Amino acid sequence: MTEQHHITLPEGSIEKQTTTLNVGPTHPATHGVFQNIMELDGERVVSTEQTVGYIHRAFEKLAERRPLYQVTPITDRLNYCSSPINNMGWHLTCEKLLGVETPKRVDYLRVIIMELARISDHLICNSIVGVDTGAYTGFLYVMQYRELIYEIYEEVCGSRLTTNIGRIGGFERNFTNTAFTKLEKFLKEYPKVLIEFEGLFARNRIFMERTIGGGAISAERALNYGFTGPNLRAAGVDYDVRVHSPYSSYEDFQFDIPVGKTGDNYDRFLVRNQEMWQSLNIIEQAYKKVQAFKGAEAEIYHADVPEYYLPKKEDVYTKMEALIWHFKIIMGEVDMPKGEVYKSVEGGNGELGFYLISDGGRTPFRLHFRRPCFIYYQAYPELIKGGMLSDAIVTMSSLNLIAGELDA
Amino acid sequence: MAIENQFIQTKLTEKFGDMVSNFEDSYGMLSFEAPKEQNLKVLQYLFDEPTLGFQFLTDLCAVNYPDDKGRELAVVYHLHNLAQNTRIRFKVFTGIENTDVYTASKLYAAADWMERETYDFYGVNFVGHHNLKRILNVDEMDYFPLRKEYPLEDQTRIDKDDEMFGRG
Repeated sequence: MTEQHHITLPEGSIEKQTTTLNVGPTHPATHGVFQNIMELDGERVVSTEQTVGYIHRAFEKLAERRPLYQVTPITDRLNYCSSPINNMGWHLTCEKLLGVETPKRVDYLRVIIMELARISDHLICNSIVGVDTGAYTGFLYVMQYRELIYEIYEEVCGSRLTTNIGRIGGFERNFTNTAFTKLEKFLKEYPKVLIEFEGLFARNRIFMERTIGGGAISAERALNYGFTGPNLRAAGVDYDVRVHSPYSSYEDFQFDIPVGKTGDNYDRFLVRNQEMWQSLNIIEQAYKKVQAFKGAEAEIYHADVPEYYLPKKEDVYTKMEALIWHFKIIMGEVDMPKGEVYKSVEGGNGELGFYLISDGGRTPFRLHFRRPCFIYYQAYPELIKGGMLSDAIVTMSSLNLIAGELDA
Repeated sequence: MAIENQFIQTKLTEKFGDMVSNFEDSYGMLSFEAPKEQNLKVLQYLFDEPTLGFQFLTDLCAVNYPDDKGRELAVVYHLHNLAQNTRIRFKVFTGIENTDVYTASKLYAAADWMERETYDFYGVNFVGHHNLKRILNVDEMDYFPLRKEYPLEDQTRIDKDDEMFGRG
């Protein structure tokens, strides 16, 4: 008991006028594994140093031994709030390399799924911003409508969060009638919810006071920092991959790109809200287009590329052709063409890019993911400098950082 | 709208002569390389020249080609002109013994972490970077894991103690 413990403090820590605060890696106020060592002057943030990599899983290395179709589950685990977008992005990358053309119906079905994923992603992000400003209601209330989206995924591919949805060339099976019924239900119920959700926040005095001016960034700095997605658009730059380099027939749809002005937390919130309306709009258009297919065309759910598209299991057991292709694909006898492709899609939080190098073998020679939040999280110290600690927390959630994507 | 690949190639050859080489149209995207000492000059030119204006750094990563002696590592920049909506790919190659490449982080704030990531996985030494240390891996790591000399574990090995994973 008499033994005294001497704690050696870092040199100068008594004299200095600021407080060092360690936030994270698992902190109740951060959603995901983020560590920040902040220097505080009272409650104001002087500087911060982020540590990332806590859930690094070496996806890029793993992908170098996996055939293309086995990389899809890896992409699920990047931005797990909108895994279908990642899956589709990966399929589109492979299709670009392999030269596969997908039929229009597949494109429209993909658009439906991707826009549903965007809604669920934005919904989480915006309601979490609400939670961090002290309003739990919105979050609790909208969760059951995200559930509707997850039920649609479940109906299409069988899983909910890490979806592994679709295949190279299309979907693993056609959408069932139940899937469409669920989609209709969602389209009918969701607008009311969104209006109510907006009513809770958008003109709420307390919410506005908390978010306006916090975490602001100018368009110029945002571009230099490599911002993409809603965060860039909130700063006033109308860059959207869906419009600039349309994929999956996005050029067939009419929609607006909402932009903000100041790039602060409030604008980011508004841009995401508006994007949800646009996504709903796109889904409605896509659903109409899907319904317009009649007869044999309405049964198409994948491209006719037997050398890359895994055949149906029933066919493998009963048809010679399907069995041969199944064997060839699974045993890796179908080689990829040599080449380098970069393909990007508009993910939930920005431009999600895939840089795939193939040396003609069975697996990628090199695969690099352009993960949007890894790139824009760099700007975090600049965004929160001089602001209050509690605003720093709101800024973090309004950036829509997803640890799985950040750390790959 | 988009800038023609041919135009970019002509502009670059006018400015840098033989130094820029290996022009290639890879799935519609212009790809070329330059000596590693020239990387900043090329990037700055692409940034400043009003008819090119590649001011957005989309992606920066490295690739390891173990069989290509003296050019084992490639640093790949994906650049984007947002206004004209044109993308290009720019590569510099470096040997694995001396991996010095000038940093682009002064030009693009986005390059800061991307270069740290590249250093972390491939050991490319970005000269002039203000804080070049590991980012995703642990600081104590003493190798560069994404290089091809470190293969993934053999999936068929049986000498592993599986008890820890509940498979014993």
